[in-house]
Amino acid sequence: MNCGQMENRLIAYLDGKANRTERREVEAHLAACAACRTRAEEFRLLCGVLDEVPMKEPSPAFDARLRARLAAEPPRRSFWAWLAPSPRLAFAASMLLVASVWISSLPQAPRQDSVTPNADAEFRMIKDLPVLEDYDVLANFEALSELPTQPSAESKDM
Amino acid sequence: MMDVKAGDQASFELLLRKYRTPLVSFLHRMVRNSTEAEDLAQEVFLRVYRARKQYAPSAKFTTWLFRIATNLALNALRDGRYRQMEVSLDQPGEAGESGDSEHAAIQLPDGRPGVEQQLVARARAAIIRRAIEALPEKQRAAVLLHKYHELEYAEIARILDCSESALKSLLFRAYETLRIELAPLVTPDAVTAEPRSAQPASR
Repeated sequence: MNCGQMENRLIAYLDGKANRTERREVEAHLAACAACRTRAEEFRLLCGVLDEVPMKEPSPAFDARLRARLAAEPPRRSFWAWLAPSPRLAFAASMLLVASVWISSLPQAPRQDSVTPNADAEFRMIKDLPVLEDYDVLANFEALSELPTQPSAESKDM
Repeated sequence: MMDVKAGDQASFELLLRKYRTPLVSFLHRMVRNSTEAEDLAQEVFLRVYRARKQYAPSAKFTTWLFRIATNLALNALRDGRYRQMEVSLDQPGEAGESGDSEHAAIQLPDGRPGVEQQLVARARAAIIRRAIEALPEKQRAAVLLHKYHELEYAEIARILDCSESALKSLLFRAYETLRIELAPLVTPDAVTAEPRSAQPASR
């Protein structure tokens, strides 16, 4: 091992984290190289010197300021909250649905033509009756009283 | 952290109590400004709090925490926000960032034993702190995480986004620089001498 290779091995050796092979190689080099030996010793002493710097304590207001910032954080919405509409949107959607159902349930608006509803209904009733083609039936008005009623035409008149 | 993820506020308080000092210390040594170090430390805790639902225990919590802290510090330094070194004239227990013991907010020695030793200790601490703060950012972070927070090589490499081999070289170069800068404090005579005879190195 040469001095250049020590760059990658010395710290782990001093930390006691070198494997057996690395430890043997480093110790062999240290035994032979005064400069690296001095460096290794001064690294050990440096470790103690660096301990002279105390930890920096947070100021007394640190915790209070952090809690204030945490309290100001917006509340987190769960995944499912994204699927639920806001109350206003939900109300508007439900009103729209109700209105759609109500509108679709309304009867169709009557045609705007000159034929009165009653006349139109009667025409439809009459034109479909094959009995009207039979002159003998028409001559006998009593038969007309036997004709079945047409509830759909009557209800539309209402 | 898993309890925090589950919404346990008390667990978050425990994390806060455990890591507030190490974080503030680390960030103070990185950005060299007490106020901004605390702001950054709070930002770290906020990000931990916001990301708690996504936290996955694929890495140690300390790795995750210090990675956030390191990135925030490096970004702040690169932004040039905290260029000026702080001169803390009224912080008891410190000799000021300038390292001049005469600016320390302490009483003149009143003859009580230990006061002179305190003065010397504070002066030495200031010199050491300045030497660390003079390191290049990545070397500084590596030394702080290795020496003061005792993280494993793999953790530090992950935080600094480098290989373990590169990290060991980084540490070697950083300690080599510190060994030279702090030679008057590091040499055997300086370390073993009585406090009265130890003199702060003049730069």
